[in-house]
Amino acid sequence: MSPVGREAVNPLRDPRDRRLPRVAGPCGVVLFGVTGDLARKKLMPAIYDLANRGLLPPGFALVGFARRDWADEDFAQVVHDAVKQYARTPFREEVWTQLSEGFRFVPGDFDDNDAFDALAQTINDLDRVRGTGGNHAFYLSIPPGLFPVVIAQLKRSGLSAKNGDQWRRVVVEKPFGHDLQSARQLSNTLSDVFPPDSVFRIDHYLGKETVQNILALRFANTMFEPIWNRSYVDHVQITMAEDIGIGGRAGYYDGIGAARDVIQNHLLQLLALIAMEEPVSFEAQSLRLEKTKVLSAVRIPDDLAAYTARGQYASGWQGGQKVLGYLDEDGIPKSSKTETFAAIKLEVDTRRWAGVPFYLRAGKRLGRRVTEVALEFQRAPHLPFAATATEELGQNALVIRIQPDEGVTMRFGSKVPGTAMEVRDVNMDFAYGESFTESSPEAYERLILDVLLGDPPLFPRHEEVELSWEILDPIEDFWEKLGQPEQYRSGGWGPDSSIQMLARDRRVWRRP
Amino acid sequence: MNRDLHDTNSSAVLTALSETRRGSGSVALGMVLTLVIDATESEHYDALKAANAAAREHPCRIVCVIRRPGKSAPRLDAEIRVGGDNMLGEVLILRLYGLLREQADSIVLPMLLPDAPVLVWWPGDGPAVPSLDPLGLLAQRRVTDAASSTKPTESLRARALDHSPGDTDFAWTRITPWRTLLAAALDQPFDEITTGEVDAARNNASAELLAAWLEDRLDIEVTRRTTRGPGITGVRLMTKRGEITITRPDGRLASLVRTGQPDRAVPLPRRATDELLAEELRRLDPDDVYNETIKRLFGNTTASGRLAGGDAQAQQLTRRPAPARKSAAARASDVADTPSRGKKVPALKRAAKQAAAQQAPLPKATGKRATPKGPLPRAKTAAEKAALAKSSAAAARRTPARKAPAKKVAPAKKAARTRA
Repeated sequence: MSPVGREAVNPLRDPRDRRLPRVAGPCGVVLFGVTGDLARKKLMPAIYDLANRGLLPPGFALVGFARRDWADEDFAQVVHDAVKQYARTPFREEVWTQLSEGFRFVPGDFDDNDAFDALAQTINDLDRVRGTGGNHAFYLSIPPGLFPVVIAQLKRSGLSAKNGDQWRRVVVEKPFGHDLQSARQLSNTLSDVFPPDSVFRIDHYLGKETVQNILALRFANTMFEPIWNRSYVDHVQITMAEDIGIGGRAGYYDGIGAARDVIQNHLLQLLALIAMEEPVSFEAQSLRLEKTKVLSAVRIPDDLAAYTARGQYASGWQGGQKVLGYLDEDGIPKSSKTETFAAIKLEVDTRRWAGVPFYLRAGKRLGRRVTEVALEFQRAPHLPFAATATEELGQNALVIRIQPDEGVTMRFGSKVPGTAMEVRDVNMDFAYGESFTESSPEAYERLILDVLLGDPPLFPRHEEVELSWEILDPIEDFWEKLGQPEQYRSGGWGPDSSIQMLARDRRVWRRP
Repeated sequence: MNRDLHDTNSSAVLTALSETRRGSGSVALGMVLTLVIDATESEHYDALKAANAAAREHPCRIVCVIRRPGKSAPRLDAEIRVGGDNMLGEVLILRLYGLLREQADSIVLPMLLPDAPVLVWWPGDGPAVPSLDPLGLLAQRRVTDAASSTKPTESLRARALDHSPGDTDFAWTRITPWRTLLAAALDQPFDEITTGEVDAARNNASAELLAAWLEDRLDIEVTRRTTRGPGITGVRLMTKRGEITITRPDGRLASLVRTGQPDRAVPLPRRATDELLAEELRRLDPDDVYNETIKRLFGNTTASGRLAGGDAQAQQLTRRPAPARKSAAARASDVADTPSRGKKVPALKRAAKQAAAQQAPLPKATGKRATPKGPLPRAKTAAEKAALAKSSAAAARRTPARKAPAKKVAPAKKAARTRA
C-alpha cells in the first residue's frame, strides 16, 4: 500500500490539514548490530525521538539481534543508556515505558539457524501481542561482509516473506560495495530476497535538512535558476573536511580510503543534486531519473595525474593537540597506500554545465570539520572602476553549508565606506541551523520514519550507486598503480598536489 | 542584553533595539515572523516564557503589548531583550498607559519586521472579534485561547460567529495529537463507521471541536458524553463490526483498542503552551480544516444566520481543491460580495443571529454593526493594512474591543481543568 493510496481512502486525512504529521502504520524494526556505535549513537536515539514526537505507531516493536547473552531487559537497558545520552528530545518516562514494552532481544550468531527461527517466532509473537501487523524492517547495521549470510538467513527462516498487505523491508548502510563489481554483487544478494522497492540504502547525508534544502533553494526560487549554468558559474567546489583522524576505524578504513568512503556516496550525491535538471515532481521516480541522468553525464579528466590528488595525513599539531600520522595509527601498516585525502576534478557533459569543472575534495585531519558546496561565479565581464578599486574584489560565490552551521552564504562585492571608490567582498548569511536545529528532526529520524512509511525519495537506488562507482573506479585503478600518497600536514587543508591541481586551471580552493 | 526605555516612542524603541542588537554581537538574525502578544501584566510572564520556547523553532521578533490599568497620562514604556541565555530573536515589551492603551496598533505597526508574516496571540481573554481588533488587523494569523475564559465553549462560539480565515484557537491546537492518532488509526483498513462518541470534562471546547471534526469528516453522528476529565478522556468510533476506541483517563497515557487487534498503549500527554504556540507558528496561512470544523460546530445551530453570509465564501475558500491560495481576483470579488450579504439573510435567520448576538454580548450593538461583517478584505501590504486599521477598526475600538463574552475573572483552577 502506498502512502498516497492510503490517504485517498482515509476520510480523516486532508492535504490541507497540515497539522497532522505522517505517522507510521503498525510495524516493528529488527536491528542487527545493536552493539555498534551507529546503533547506540544514532539509531536508538532516533527511534526514541520519533516515539517522543508521536510519529511511531502505538505498539511499535524493536527487536535486537546480536551475539550477546542478554535478556530483553538487558537490551532495554542498553537502549535506555543510549537514549539518555544521545536523544535530542527530552526524556519522558511515559514515552519510554510504552516504547520499551515493545523491546525484545534474540541472542545468536548470524549462521545459527535456531537463532533466526527464534527471531521469526519473536516477530510472530509481536504481531499477536503488540499488533505490529506483520510489517517489519530489518536494519543491517553490520559490516557488509556479513550481509549475504544474514540475508540468506532471513530468507531461510521465512522472515523475508510477507502475506498480502504486509511489508518486509531491509535497510543497509554504506558502504555499498567498494567498487562497481562488489556493488553489483551486493545488489544481487539483496534483490534475491527483497524486491528493489523494499531495499532502503541509507545515505544519511540525504536525510539532512540542508541537503533537502538544495532542492528548495533551486526549484522554489526564481533568483537562482537563471544563473545556475555555464553562462554564470565559473566552477563548483564540493568539500567534505573532517578534523578527526580515523580513530578506531583502522580495520574498516585501511584499503578503503577517502574517495570510496565519502566521495563515492556523499559528494557525488551532492553533485547530482546541484547539477541535475528540474525533476517533473518530487516523487522518488522523477528525482531518481534526474539524478541518474546527471550522474551518467559525469566525465572524469583525461589526465588523471594532473587532475586528481591524494594524500595521507602526517603527524603534527592540530588545533593545539599533538596527533599521530596515518601510518603511525594503530593497525595501519607502514606500507599502506590508502589515501586519507582525495581531490578530483569532474566535468558534467550537459548543455547546462559544459566546461564548468566540479572540484571534489574530502579528507581527514583537515583544518576544521566542514561540508559545503560552493558555486563560484565568473567575474563581471567589465568593471567600470579603476583597477586599484577592485583589487580586493573576488568572485561572487554562493555557498551551501551542509554541516556544521547549516545555511547559505552569498559573497559579493560592496563599496568600502569612505571617499575613495574601493570594492571589497562581503558575505550575506542565512543560518539555517541557528533556529531549526533545536527541533528539526535529525537525519536518521527522518530516514527511519521514511523507511517505515515506505517513502523512498531520500534513498539512493542501486542505479545511482553503480553509476557513481563507474565514475570512481577508473580513478581508483589509476591510484592503485602509483606509490604511497603524498604526506600532508595535519590541521591544514591537504597536500600540495591538490593545490597544484587547481592552480593548473588558475583557480584556488576556498578556505571553508 | 536588556534595556529599559521610559516615556518613549516607537522610533526610539527601534533605534535602541538595533543598538542593543549590535552591542550583543548578533547583527543579523534569520527572523521569520513577528509575534505580537496582547497580554495583561499577570499573563505576560508565562506568555513570554512560552513564546521564547517556541522561538527556538521559529526565530521571531516578539512584541508584547501590556495595557496598564489606571488613570495616567498617555505614556509608553519599553523593555528590550536581545540575546542572553536560551533566547533567539528579540523581545520588545511595551507598556501602554492612559489613552495610549487604545493606540496599541499605531505603536506596534512600525515594529513589525519588514515583509515577514505577523501573528497575534491573546493568551488570556481575547477580543470578541479577533479579526476586527486593531492589533488583529495587523496580522494574518490571530490566535485566541477559549480555555482561558470561564465558559470556553461559549467563548469559542462567540468568536465563531465572526470567524475570519486566519483565526484559530488553542482549543483546536490542543487536539492535534488526538486527530493525529485517529487519522493514523484510519490509515489502516477499517469497516464503515456508523457513529461516534467523544468523552470529555464538562464545558470543554476542544471536545466540541473534535466531535465536530469527526462529524464533518466521517459524516456520522457524534455524541458527547461528560466525564470527570481531565480534558478529553476518550473517543469511540463504532464500525459495522466493532469499534475503534482511544481512551485517556489520566491525561497522559492513552490506549488504542481495536476490535480483533491487541490493545496498544500510546503516550498522549496534554500539551504545554509553548508546544501549542510553536504549532501555530508553523502555519501562517488560514487553517481551512479549522474553518470547516467550526462551521460544522456552530454553523448549523444558533449561528447559521450570522454565518450565512460568510458561508458562501467559506465554501469557496475551503472546498476548493489543493492549491488553497486565493488569487487577487478572487479576493477582489469577495470584497464586492460583502455589502450585499446582509440582505440575503432571511428573517428567521436574522432572529437566530440576534439570539446569538445576545449570547455574545456586545455593549454597543450599533457600533458593532457598523463594522463590516465576515472576513475583511485582506490587505496585502502593511500600508494598506494600516489604512484599513485606521478606518474600519475605529468603530471596533469604540466598543471596548477587548470585551470577551464572559469577562469575569476566571478562577484559574477551573480554566485549567477544562483544558484538553
